[in-house]
Amino acid sequence: MTTLNPRSGGPCRPSRFIAGLALSLGAGSALADYTWNFPKPVTPIGRDTLSMHNQFMVIITVLFVVVFAIMVYSMLKHRKSVGAEPARFSGPTGVLQWFWVLVPFAILLFIDFVLMGIPAFHAVIDMEDTRTKADMVLKVTGMQWKWQYEYPDSGVKFISTLATPREQIDGTATKGEHYLLEVDNEVVLPVGKKVRVLLTSTDVIHTWWVPQFGVKRDAIPGFLRETWVRIEEPGVYRGQCAELCGKDHGFMPVVVRAVPEAEYVAWVDKKKTELAAAAAGGDKTWTRDELMAHGKDAYEKNCAACHQPTGQGLPPAFPALAGSKIVNGPLLSPDGKLIPDSHVDRVMNGKTGTAMQAFKNTLSDVDIAAIVTYERNSFGNTKGDMIQPAQIKALR
Amino acid sequence: MTASHATPHAGHYYVPQPSLYPVFLSGGMFLLALGFILLMNKFAPGPWVMAGGAAVIVFVLFKWFGAVIAENQRGAYTDWEDKSFRQGMVWFIGSEVMFFAAFFAALFYCRTISVPALAGMDPLFTLYQGYTGGWPTAGPKGASFTPMGAWGIPSINTALLLTSGVTLTWAHWGLMKAKRSQLNLGLILTVLLGVTFLAFQAYEYHHAYTELGLTMGAGVYGATFFMLTGFHGFHVTLGAIMLAVVAGRSLAGHFDAKRHFAFEAVAWYWHFVDVVWLLLFVVIYWL
Amino acid sequence: MNTAAHTLDHHGDHAQPSGILRWLTTTNHKDIGTMYMTFSLLMFFVGGAMILAVRAELFQPGLQLMKPEFFNQLIGVHALVMIFAALMPAATGFANWMIPLMIGAPDMALPRLNNWGFWLLPPAAFLLTLPFILALFGIGDGAVATGWTLYAPLSVQGGIGVDFAIFSIHILGISSIMGSINIIATILNMRAPGMTLMKMPLFCWGWLVTAVLLIITLPVLAGGVTMLLTDRHFGTHFFDAAGGGDPILFQHLFWFFGHPEVYILLLPVWGLMPHVLSTFTRKPIYGHTAQVWSFIAIGVLGLIVWGHHFLTAGMPVPALLYFMYSTMSISLPLAVLFFCWIATMWRGAMSFETPMLFAVGFIVLFGIAGLTGLVLADVAADAQYHHSYFVVAHFHYALFTGGIMGVMTGVYYWLPKWTGHMYNERLGKLHFWLTVISFNLTFMPQFFLGLAGMPRRIPDYALQFAEFNAISTVGAFILGLSQLLFAYNIWRCVKGGEKASDAVWEGTSGLEWQLSSPPPHHSWDIQPVIKA
Ligand code: HEA
Ligand code: HEA
Ligand code: HEC
Ligand code: CUA
Ligand SMILES: [Cu+2]
Repeated sequence: MTTLNPRSGGPCRPSRFIAGLALSLGAGSALADYTWNFPKPVTPIGRDTLSMHNQFMVIITVLFVVVFAIMVYSMLKHRKSVGAEPARFSGPTGVLQWFWVLVPFAILLFIDFVLMGIPAFHAVIDMEDTRTKADMVLKVTGMQWKWQYEYPDSGVKFISTLATPREQIDGTATKGEHYLLEVDNEVVLPVGKKVRVLLTSTDVIHTWWVPQFGVKRDAIPGFLRETWVRIEEPGVYRGQCAELCGKDHGFMPVVVRAVPEAEYVAWVDKKKTELAAAAAGGDKTWTRDELMAHGKDAYEKNCAACHQPTGQGLPPAFPALAGSKIVNGPLLSPDGKLIPDSHVDRVMNGKTGTAMQAFKNTLSDVDIAAIVTYERNSFGNTKGDMIQPAQIKALR
Repeated sequence: MTASHATPHAGHYYVPQPSLYPVFLSGGMFLLALGFILLMNKFAPGPWVMAGGAAVIVFVLFKWFGAVIAENQRGAYTDWEDKSFRQGMVWFIGSEVMFFAAFFAALFYCRTISVPALAGMDPLFTLYQGYTGGWPTAGPKGASFTPMGAWGIPSINTALLLTSGVTLTWAHWGLMKAKRSQLNLGLILTVLLGVTFLAFQAYEYHHAYTELGLTMGAGVYGATFFMLTGFHGFHVTLGAIMLAVVAGRSLAGHFDAKRHFAFEAVAWYWHFVDVVWLLLFVVIYWL
Repeated sequence: MNTAAHTLDHHGDHAQPSGILRWLTTTNHKDIGTMYMTFSLLMFFVGGAMILAVRAELFQPGLQLMKPEFFNQLIGVHALVMIFAALMPAATGFANWMIPLMIGAPDMALPRLNNWGFWLLPPAAFLLTLPFILALFGIGDGAVATGWTLYAPLSVQGGIGVDFAIFSIHILGISSIMGSINIIATILNMRAPGMTLMKMPLFCWGWLVTAVLLIITLPVLAGGVTMLLTDRHFGTHFFDAAGGGDPILFQHLFWFFGHPEVYILLLPVWGLMPHVLSTFTRKPIYGHTAQVWSFIAIGVLGLIVWGHHFLTAGMPVPALLYFMYSTMSISLPLAVLFFCWIATMWRGAMSFETPMLFAVGFIVLFGIAGLTGLVLADVAADAQYHHSYFVVAHFHYALFTGGIMGVMTGVYYWLPKWTGHMYNERLGKLHFWLTVISFNLTFMPQFFLGLAGMPRRIPDYALQFAEFNAISTVGAFILGLSQLLFAYNIWRCVKGGEKASDAVWEGTSGLEWQLSSPPPHHSWDIQPVIKA
């Protein structure tokens, strides 16, 4: 069962477990092997956190050893079987004894509020300073079960979902190196820049976490939260959603690719052209086959997590679209308006209080038109009609 | 520590007979909860299960309290048991205080933390363009409504409840001075004042729903308004029922100046409900 | 002396019903205590069986046994069952059995209420698990799948299971409040003459503080889940930003209860430890008064530190700092307790029967929980620990070795008193060693999983977490099997065995050891008088 540990770069065997236990709570020297500790930090906050963590682990290990050494000594010395006679004292008597009783507490006060308290104070202040000298902004929106990333400066915006194939999860295919920690669209950030990260969510609370950044912050629906990163080394950094957010909580990874500035600029340009091309698609008239083909892709990416690739859903939580009254209902009113609670309405505006979100905020006109068309003509649904991206645009 | 066996209390502590009431009460509560769950999730048997549960609860409470009253009249309880009852009631009211505290905390939190946060986001990235917060509010996406003014019905209700506190104390004086008619009259007046309060509140709710657009769904203002006043109204109802029972017992000649735990317990409860109302009046209607 | 007490029987219950009716109707504190203990043991196995299924799924990466939806239900119900139906009832069972014996009271102050408090538990536990059964019949989508914390808006979105959990919590809450009222009234009103509060045994003190904490915090949880219910079904917006509410409000309400809850779970155990230590060291308790004040300090501090459970939710800096420092300060009263425990052992004449083994195991392993708790409180580092397996490891060290092993200490310590028989000492020791070793095998790796970045509450994980998870699963199964020894030992002891003397152990002191083993049906019908 030896697998490659991508973080430490070496195999991690159970046999090391014992060794690790010995080093266990934190001897600072074991840090080379990140299986036993935080993965290698790549931001100032991350480094700060790690060194603080190491220091605290040493402190509590010392406390543990000292306190229990005394106890173990007593257990060996003061046992009935070696003929110990019980003393009768039940509390400190005399000034000297009181002094010795109070010393540990003075030490503990010092540890709590000086040794641990002061570095922690500085780290907090630093961590929460999201705005001073920020070079750029990244807006992250959590949604069940994917992340949307937006670069307000350049208008680039896309969705990032798990890329691990279903077969690997079910065990019918061998698992890849980055099993569950890989996505279709990685977020790209420039190295060395202070990035202010804004977080929100469309449905439930998610938490954006990349261990190597030392950053973890909740994305709360209806609110904005912020944090910041300054990545110091190029590389690909992987993390996960850290707040239970429903059935696929374990399947919404975060993958950040940090690249040098120039490469970043080129990437933004490339993304911009892609987006422009896609938007242009919204103005042309699509054929039914084109819509169906695009719709299948977009459906499988955005909807299948809940409604399943077969359209059967997972009732009762997630309704089937096959044979659904709503999907098989009328498309638009005769004058081209939205019918409340109709298929298009449901997809664009979602249903509040359920996991069904308003997709008009995240999907393009083309995607929505294609998905709607696809759903009405698949899984045994045979409505035969279709809707054009331009019509969706008009409904926004 | 050494133990010897002198008798400290005059008698023995009264440990009641084995009793089936507790089990039945739990069963009734189970049915009530189950029925309510089914009802809310739109299953047909819901209301019936609920009704069954409620019937069991009412029946058991009737029998249980009946038994306690009978034991009391029989003289089973001494000062010692009486003290346990008093302590029990005091701590029970304590737990009620904390229950209301949760809702007051929600009000406080929304008013001073979440609404300002929603209105005060970084203007470059705000999720709610043009939302300015303030209080009362239905939130950035809520429908508009008219808040409830303080100086109409609510102030009348304040006067009613305060008066009822006075009449109850007056009744207590009657009891202490063995003036039975003062006791009875005071109790009856208190119940009537409580009922009038409830009638006004019902009217006020109707008004809120039909004319002001103020509903449970009217944002956090509506939610806190109805939950706080609603739970308060529920407690007034319970208090009034208990007062009515006490009034009935007093008409039947129960209680004397020395021993009247039931009277006092209900009186404490009633005063607690009174104080909650005063707080409500200030933070919900007035400020 | 007890015969003397019996000739003067003024109790109403001459006609004891027998069979099942005895248990349904009883007003006797010992019967009720026994029911609490039995229920607790049963639910411990139910909760344990659930998590064994989870551990089996986590044995390897990939989804083998269950769907993620079901996984989410299992972890949340595991936690709710363990905390509310196993650990809390065990502590209440101790209280029922021992407080009257220890303070020289004839019974609990409000015996019928006491019975009601117990009989609310089975319906509540049934409500919690019923949705599993309903789902088999196609009703709803199973039990609550939000974790035990029920965070809105996930719980607003959830299915009928959430409603069941809400009402289950309401009923459990009523049960605990009734129990607490009863315990407070008993302690304040029924102590033997001469037993001042400061002379009262520490176990009773632990429970007194616990009961007050329950009365302060449980209604707030009840209020919180009520808001959740109205958000779900009656259109309110407490936890919805669109209406001006805030999901974080729920977290405040939950943790205002949830943090004190962890002390609620452990205060009775902390109260019990000095008795056990003093018995097996044959030496008086060290620092009785200091421990009393520590309990009180822990209670007070416990009420004001709840924010450390959502340090990553984006609180303002002053709030973060406040919660960090206030949380750290809890280490002071706890250090007092540790100090007193060790000082009680110091220069005693120790022997290591099973209860003492468990007590020592408790102290060491709970020390790990407490010390890791201390670092969790650090806001910046918590950004790394939060919602990772590091936290899972921390709280199992607290809840299992602190809570469950604490309860086991008490069970072995008092079982001879309750049943009149000695349990099997060899089996007890075997149980101890198996438990301690397999516990560490299960949860020590989880610290490292957390540090390496494995989030909690995931049914499947990346490959670098595979080894530790496999070890943890193996440990969990050994741990589970070892508990069968515990159940078997209790069973044997109830059935028969070597007779226990009245004092049971060599070094005991206190009123409870002056009664026969098992104590008579009416223990202190005539109250003892404590001389100064
Ligand atoms: C019984 C249960 C229990 C107990 C006792 C504790 C005790 C403590 N806990 Fe723990 N905790 C939990 C149960 C418990 N916890 C649970 C269930 C969760 C997770 C809930 C969830 O999210 O699902 C949790 C989570 C949790 C968090 C949130 C982590 C996160 O989610 O990010 C934090 C953060 O501060 C924390 C801190 C503490 C602290 C500071 C203590 C302190 O009380 C510890 C104090 C003890 C000591 C400090 C040790 C004693 C001192 C010494 C050994 C002596 C040294 C002596 C001398 C110098 C003389 N706990
Ligand atoms: C008192 C509280 C308590 C107790 C005693 C336990 C006991 C155990 N817990 Fe629990 N646990 C919690 C409270 C508790 N837990 C809480 C609060 C959470 C958080 C939930 C959340 O995220 O919302 C949690 C979550 C939790 C997780 C994390 C799940 C996740 O985040 O995905 C794990 C994973 O390993 C775990 C494991 C265990 C194990 C192995 C035991 C073992 O100690 C159990 C041992 C006992 C048995 C196993 C008895 C069963 C025995 C039999 C049935 C006999 C048959 C046995 C065999 C055939 C082997 N627990
Ligand atoms: C996170 C889960 C989730 C995702 C992703 C999701 N849905 Fe849904 N969907 C739901 C839920 C839950 C409902 C049921 C809402 C209700 O209670 O009425 C629903 C209902 C619907 C309905 C109405 C079906 C009916 O008969 O009631 C349609 C149509 C629909 N979704 C289409 C889509 C499309 C198109 C997508 C992708 C673009 C999508 N859904 C993605 C969860 C989801
Ligand atoms: Cu998103 Cu967990
Ligand atoms: Cu806590």
